[in-house]
Amino acid sequence: MVEKNTLPNKERMKIERRPMPEQNPELRSHNFKEVNLGLSAEDARIEASRCIACGKPACVTTCPVGVKVREVVDLIYAGDYLAAAAKMREDNALPAITGRVCPQEDQCEGGCIVGNKGKPVAIGNLERFIADFERESGKLGLPTNDPATGKSVAIVGSGPAGLSAAGDLIQKGHRVTVFEALHELGGVLIYGIPEFRLPKDIVRGEVDNLRKMGVVFETNVVVGKSVTIDELMQDEHYDAIFVATGAGLPKFLGIPGEHLNGVYSANEFLTRINLMRAYRFPEYDEPVYDCRDRDVVVVGGGNTAMDAVRTAKRLGAKSATLVYRRSEVEMPARKEEVHHAKEEGIQFLMLTNPIEMLGDEKGWLTGARCMRMELGEPDESGRRSPVEIKGSEFILPANMAVIGAGTSANPLIQGSTPDLKTNKKNYIVIDEETTRTSKRGVFAGGDIVTGGATVILAMGAGRKAAVSIHEYLTTGVWETAPKETATKA
Amino acid sequence: MFKIVEARSVGFKIKQFVIEAPRIARKQKPGQFIILRLHDAGERIPLTIKCSDPKAGTVTIVVQSIGKTTSLLNLLETGDYILDIVGPLGHPSEIEKFGTVAILAGSVGTAMALPTANALKAVGNHVVFIEGARNTEMVVFEDEVRQASNEAYIMTDDGTYGEKGLVTKKLNDLLADGRKIDFVLAVGPVPMMRAVAQMTAPLGIKTMVSLNSIMVDGTGMCGGCRVLMGDKTKFACVDGPEFDASIVNFEVLTQRNAMYRDKELQSLQRFEENKEKELAQVRAQYAKQEAAHNG
Repeated sequence: MVEKNTLPNKERMKIERRPMPEQNPELRSHNFKEVNLGLSAEDARIEASRCIACGKPACVTTCPVGVKVREVVDLIYAGDYLAAAAKMREDNALPAITGRVCPQEDQCEGGCIVGNKGKPVAIGNLERFIADFERESGKLGLPTNDPATGKSVAIVGSGPAGLSAAGDLIQKGHRVTVFEALHELGGVLIYGIPEFRLPKDIVRGEVDNLRKMGVVFETNVVVGKSVTIDELMQDEHYDAIFVATGAGLPKFLGIPGEHLNGVYSANEFLTRINLMRAYRFPEYDEPVYDCRDRDVVVVGGGNTAMDAVRTAKRLGAKSATLVYRRSEVEMPARKEEVHHAKEEGIQFLMLTNPIEMLGDEKGWLTGARCMRMELGEPDESGRRSPVEIKGSEFILPANMAVIGAGTSANPLIQGSTPDLKTNKKNYIVIDEETTRTSKRGVFAGGDIVTGGATVILAMGAGRKAAVSIHEYLTTGVWETAPKETATKA
Repeated sequence: MFKIVEARSVGFKIKQFVIEAPRIARKQKPGQFIILRLHDAGERIPLTIKCSDPKAGTVTIVVQSIGKTTSLLNLLETGDYILDIVGPLGHPSEIEKFGTVAILAGSVGTAMALPTANALKAVGNHVVFIEGARNTEMVVFEDEVRQASNEAYIMTDDGTYGEKGLVTKKLNDLLADGRKIDFVLAVGPVPMMRAVAQMTAPLGIKTMVSLNSIMVDGTGMCGGCRVLMGDKTKFACVDGPEFDASIVNFEVLTQRNAMYRDKELQSLQRFEENKEKELAQVRAQYAKQEAAHNG
């Protein structure tokens, strides 16, 4: 019998949200160690006691993977952290990751009724606590797999969508192989999200858990090049394929000067740092522009831009400035990241848009010609669209610029699979209910369907696909009726 | 891990490796490349595939020691392992019957141009292969060049072998002699490819060049290899590596390729001082992986 919280709701509401201990901003802006240090067990229990056990827990319904938050929180309150972690794992194969990178304020914590009057229960911090507690205890609550079905699934891409689908499908008794184009597993969790927000050991730990459950991983395989979807089905006899290749190609601004040395896409800059560890050059071979005591400008307002600008600061930039064409309210980045960035001394230059990158005679970046913007009428995304203010031009000094303007669909799979239907933007078209593509046996999910989104949405897509793939493998029934899915602009 | 089944020196600081990589061997077509990484702290570098044997499951690459990674790679011998190899990447060369084709290759570029030359010859083109090298020690694969072509010329900068002069001199001579050339492929250093483009563009001869821009992932994800084609941005890894020479902005290519020059030198210098340690590090990878496998 677990210990129940007997405190009256009125009293529970009076308890203050336990703050997440953080590395000192000045200190952390010079290192790559994790910013958030994690709750203590004592704080986690106090935090769990703030839950008022409401009748309709919106924390569950707002979670893209449907974690049974209420039950998890109860177990934390009872002090049974391992049971809480195991409960979490029933719906979420990667809790140590989502506890760190989910936009909780828009999901579980956004739905939390306690948040109506005060601050919501810190569900994300609790999630992270139990996942870390479990890992450090060495007593992993890995679910057991169903008896072998004899069916096999190939998953293309080892990012959040691929990993969560792998976790669910292996439990159902299918053989699962995950193919990854890069040399390291984890997709955007490895090459995109920096160490200070998501330590790579955490990702490796979660991947190892999947390996322990029986998932097979093959790195250095570019599906579409090293092997095609058709070959995986015909020659390698996979019964189903899940395409989770991510969004892919970086977009540039299309302004003059983007070819100057010192201008990076956010993908390239972050890949050099995170995947290739260029911040440890020359101990690591891969170089990156040395921005120590230089001016760095990062363009964009999403999490990727935020990661890039905070990384530049850590590399020792004299100034690290985030340039965004709308205002801070419209910024898609997580609130916590914005808050952390400001603490670390990142300059925010809102309502500003670069129109040209300027360079010296040798082709090195020297600055960005920018325009001031104001907000006009709402556009199709519902956000007020930025309009240039005439005569507001100015030059922002910059030796390095990072463009975080989003991504477009990577064409490698689509180009080698002619019967895979894509939309105008070359994203894969699926039936939203079943994640089935136009090709029998092939399912798709994550950014390659929706365009650039979040880790947890990709994980949700992976779980949805797993349910549907399991159903297909069990029944053998395939009805193709893919509808156009809405792609984020 | 990818086993080196044969490593042998084929010229001054130039080595040929036959490597077990069955997936790549099955799919490789002329003009495509791989990206490899030697150890946990290693960089990813692109290298063009010379040929492959799908039955044996091997691919062949040819490497000239230039920077740190190529120099380290060239210390490896038969029986050693390469940590990561991914491919085949990029679009294959365009193979069709043009008539007379001229293939201009500079030293190690010869290895990259050979498969395309063979394929062009096989579909009935008259192949003129012009190989250039700095000196006699850097002339590679002469026999294979002769086999892959109907006409072969070897040019050396110092005249120690074949004819003295650059590959463009030979092309110029042929054109001056009134030879009709329908298609040109140039593979080599940027100044060479640029010179070829300048020569053939006014004559309207379709010319392709294989671009060697700096890459990281090789799958289109990072955009570091972007090149300017007229006013359009293209990614060498997924849109290339071969491009129409008449629209390539060679100036931007040269400038971007120089981006890490100082770091490359620093790395190379560091390597020269720690050769044995670096080599041991590569060799330790295999033992580590074996231990993990058996444990």
